[in-house]
Amino acid sequence: MTGIPLTDILFVSTALFFIGMYGLFTRRNIITMLMSVELILNSVNINFVAFNKYLYPEKLDGIFFTIFIITIAAAEAAVAIAIIINLYRTHQSIDAEDAGELKF
Amino acid sequence: MIAAFILGTGLLAVTTKKIFRSAIWLLFSLMGIAGLYFWMQVEFIAAVQIIVYVGGIVVLIIFSIFLTQKSGKEMPEPVRGRMLFSILAVLLGFALTYLLIYRHGFTQMNDKPFTAEVSDIGTQMLSTSEHGYVLPFEAVSMLLLAAMIGCIVIAMKSKTETK
Repeated sequence: MTGIPLTDILFVSTALFFIGMYGLFTRRNIITMLMSVELILNSVNINFVAFNKYLYPEKLDGIFFTIFIITIAAAEAAVAIAIIINLYRTHQSIDAEDAGELKF
Repeated sequence: MIAAFILGTGLLAVTTKKIFRSAIWLLFSLMGIAGLYFWMQVEFIAAVQIIVYVGGIVVLIIFSIFLTQKSGKEMPEPVRGRMLFSILAVLLGFALTYLLIYRHGFTQMNDKPFTAEVSDIGTQMLSTSEHGYVLPFEAVSMLLLAAMIGCIVIAMKSKTETK
C-alpha cells in the first residue's frame, strides 16, 4: 500500500490532465469539451487527495478542497448544459465555431 | 492496473468519434477514479465521486446528448494540422510537467497512518475556529442556489420568447 510512491500517482493525474487538454484542443463539440473539462477537474482532485495523503496525513485540507471542487463542477456542468440546450434551440447546432455571436 | 484503466478509458473518451460512446467511456474513467480513491482509503470522497459524477454529471451529459442530436451520428474528424499541433503541445507539456515532478522527488515522506473519518470531516467542515471551513461551505451553498436559479432562468427565457 505505502510501497507506491507519490510520483506514480502524480504521473496518473498529469497524464489525465493532458488527455483532457488534448480533448479540449481537438474537439469542437461543446458537450465533448465539457467532458474534457470534467477530466481535467478530476485530475486536480486526484492531486489534492494524493498530496493530502502522502505529505500531510494529519490534516484534512486537501479533502475539503476536493469536496468543494466536486460541488463547483456539478454546478458548472448544470449551468453549461442549460446554456447548451438553449443554444441548440436558437442555433440548431452545438459546435463551438457556430456560436460566434453574443446577442441576437 | 487502475491507472491503466483510467488512462485508457480517458483517452478513448476524447478520441472516439461517436459522442454517445465518448460519454460512456467518460463514465468508465470516472468510475476508475473512484476506485483510485477507494484504493487511497478516502472512502467518503470515493462515495461523493460516484454519487455526484457518475450519478449526476454523466446522466446530465447523456440527457443533453439525447436532447441535442442523434446519438449515432459521427462527429467530424478534427483538422489534421490542429490535431498534430495539439498532440505536440500536449506531449511537450506532459514531458515538462513530469520532468519537474520527477526531479523534485518528494523525499519528505512521512509514514503516519492517514485516516479520513467522516465525523472528522463533518466536524472540521462546520467549525468556526481557525481551521474551520464554514465560510467556504456557505459560499458554496450560495453558489449552488445561484446556479440552480440561473439554470431555471436560462431554460425559461426562450419558452416565453416563443410564446
